[in-house]
Amino acid sequence: MSYKFHQFQVVGRALPTETDEKPKIYRMKLWATNEVRAKSKFWYFLRKLKKVKKSNGQMLAINEIFEKNPTTIKNYGIWLRYQSRTGYHNMYKEYRDTTLNGGVEQMYTEMASRHRVRHHCIQVIKTATIPAKLCKRESTKQFHNSKIKFPLVFKKVRPPTRKLKTTYKASRPNLFV
Amino acid sequence: MPFKRYVEIGRIALVNYGKDYGKLVVIVDVIDQNRALVDAPDMVRGQMNFKRLTLTDIKIDINRVPKKKTLVAALEAADVKNKWESSSWGRKLIVQKKRASLNDFDRFKIMLAKIKKAGVVRQELAKLKKETTA
Repeated sequence: MSYKFHQFQVVGRALPTETDEKPKIYRMKLWATNEVRAKSKFWYFLRKLKKVKKSNGQMLAINEIFEKNPTTIKNYGIWLRYQSRTGYHNMYKEYRDTTLNGGVEQMYTEMASRHRVRHHCIQVIKTATIPAKLCKRESTKQFHNSKIKFPLVFKKVRPPTRKLKTTYKASRPNLFV
Repeated sequence: MPFKRYVEIGRIALVNYGKDYGKLVVIVDVIDQNRALVDAPDMVRGQMNFKRLTLTDIKIDINRVPKKKTLVAALEAADVKNKWESSSWGRKLIVQKKRASLNDFDRFKIMLAKIKKAGVVRQELAKLKKETTA
């Protein structure tokens, strides 16, 4: 599964000067599509917090963070700040997924579809893996059932490869399960 | 009209699209409305969209998200492979695969066998016809 958004750990500090021999080192975990964007995002956030810019700072490390257990399902809670047409708002959303990158990607696509917010107007404040008891949204809590059982109501008949796709079919498809 | 095949933990499904086409997988957990966590003895446990799965009649008895060893043992205990290969659906798939992998000599042999079978059937039919007219 290739994800569009990757998680990076970016570490940087201001350049050492005569007055400040050992400036403080700052580390940030953020989501971006590639390393270059991640570094740019890092300086954007750091500028808002400290008096340092890319021109008088140095990047110490940038590493990609990969999912530790991509074979288990987790409930992710994402706190975000986004810009709508009328102002900035905070939001908390929950997603069920196997990896954090998958959950974040779900968040970006959902914000785009439900609120028409493009990905550059979204800032991820915090993410956390939520144990099942503390989930707040009904749409994630409905899957917390060890004896979950439901039928697949609609069966779409698909050719097994894109190559076998045809525009016209001889008969109407049977959609029952 | 009521449904007979449910998405549940332990349901065996056939993959009908994508890289694992034709494989039998076990639904080990449900992620959300569209995706399930599936597992098979020869693949890494991963997520799959329900659109890529066709549910079968076979269901095995496992807990939510079992260890790989427990899963393989449960598959052996329920004898999934034999049940599948003796079901009419499973047999049809085996025949399809065999037909697709024939070489020219095999097709020649099949042609002779078909002609022979048609000859025997026609003889019996002629016998029956004679009995009814006579």
